[in-house]
Amino acid sequence: MSQVYNLFVINKSGGLIYYKDFGSTAKLDTNNSLQLASVWHSLHAISMEFSPVPDCTGIEFLEADNFDLHCFQTLTGTKFFVVTETGAVGIDGLLRVVYELYADYVLKNPFYEVEMPIRCELFDYHLSNHIRGGKDRPTGGSFR
Amino acid sequence: MAPPARPGDAAYANIEKVNAELFTLTYGAVVRQLLTDLEDINEVNKQLDTMGYNIGIRLIDEFLAKANISRCTDFKETADVIAKVGLKMFLGVTGTVANWNQDNTECSLILDDNPLVDFVELPETCQGLLYCNILCGVIRGALEMVSMKTEARFVRDVLRGDEAYEIRLKLLEHLPEVLPYKDDD
Repeated sequence: MSQVYNLFVINKSGGLIYYKDFGSTAKLDTNNSLQLASVWHSLHAISMEFSPVPDCTGIEFLEADNFDLHCFQTLTGTKFFVVTETGAVGIDGLLRVVYELYADYVLKNPFYEVEMPIRCELFDYHLSNHIRGGKDRPTGGSFR
Repeated sequence: MAPPARPGDAAYANIEKVNAELFTLTYGAVVRQLLTDLEDINEVNKQLDTMGYNIGIRLIDEFLAKANISRCTDFKETADVIAKVGLKMFLGVTGTVANWNQDNTECSLILDDNPLVDFVELPETCQGLLYCNILCGVIRGALEMVSMKTEARFVRDVLRGDEAYEIRLKLLEHLPEVLPYKDDD
């Protein structure tokens, strides 16, 4: 499994609602993570406006010398993006799984307020499991 | 011979199942409790719609995450996806879409079967009750999160003696996709 440095979730108005780093390489403090999230949100919006072809859905992938950034925006406007080592593969699939985990363990938690910062231990747990272990693909609720 | 696969089947196979009886009875208990608490049938109808709305705005993400749906090109496709995939995924039944108006902004979702009412007989005292009104709210909430302002209401209901369940769905407007970023705001 490719190395994932950190994961961000941005709500549809551009606020950072979740940040997590995995491993020691690219740690950000709260301020920096907030800044990065709002810069990315704006860049993403600008890219849609600038696109020469109609129906552009924004930047999905940004490649730099020492990291890759993969972004996935859902049809409801929530953005999930991860920063990974260069050349990481299977990240699109990973982002889809993160979306499923978000639908299951965040949105189905009756005490989670929509659009607010995510503080759900179950989400943390399943996310770490998935990113660190590359297994434990979720199949839905917990009626087992 | 197995019947040909329909669009909702894959999504249905993917999703966790829960005992239908538990689901149906729980919903019944909720409706009963609302009737006791609110003491007014119209208020109950309204409350069910609101509860559905709150479910819908969250449920849409699960739908999008697990059903592998791409963006719909028009409202016609949206209605079809609701009837064939959405209802199948969360309710285990499929509906049909019919009675389009001329501008394709209004249609009917028709359900022949509806697990919510498996054991229900509406008593004389509850004649105005829209027992399944929660479904209208769910659809309205879910569509609002994907930029469609809609109105949904029951026009036919088996519990009230009709042949099928019919939800009239009306597209009011497409909301803008992004926030209006204007300099003078």
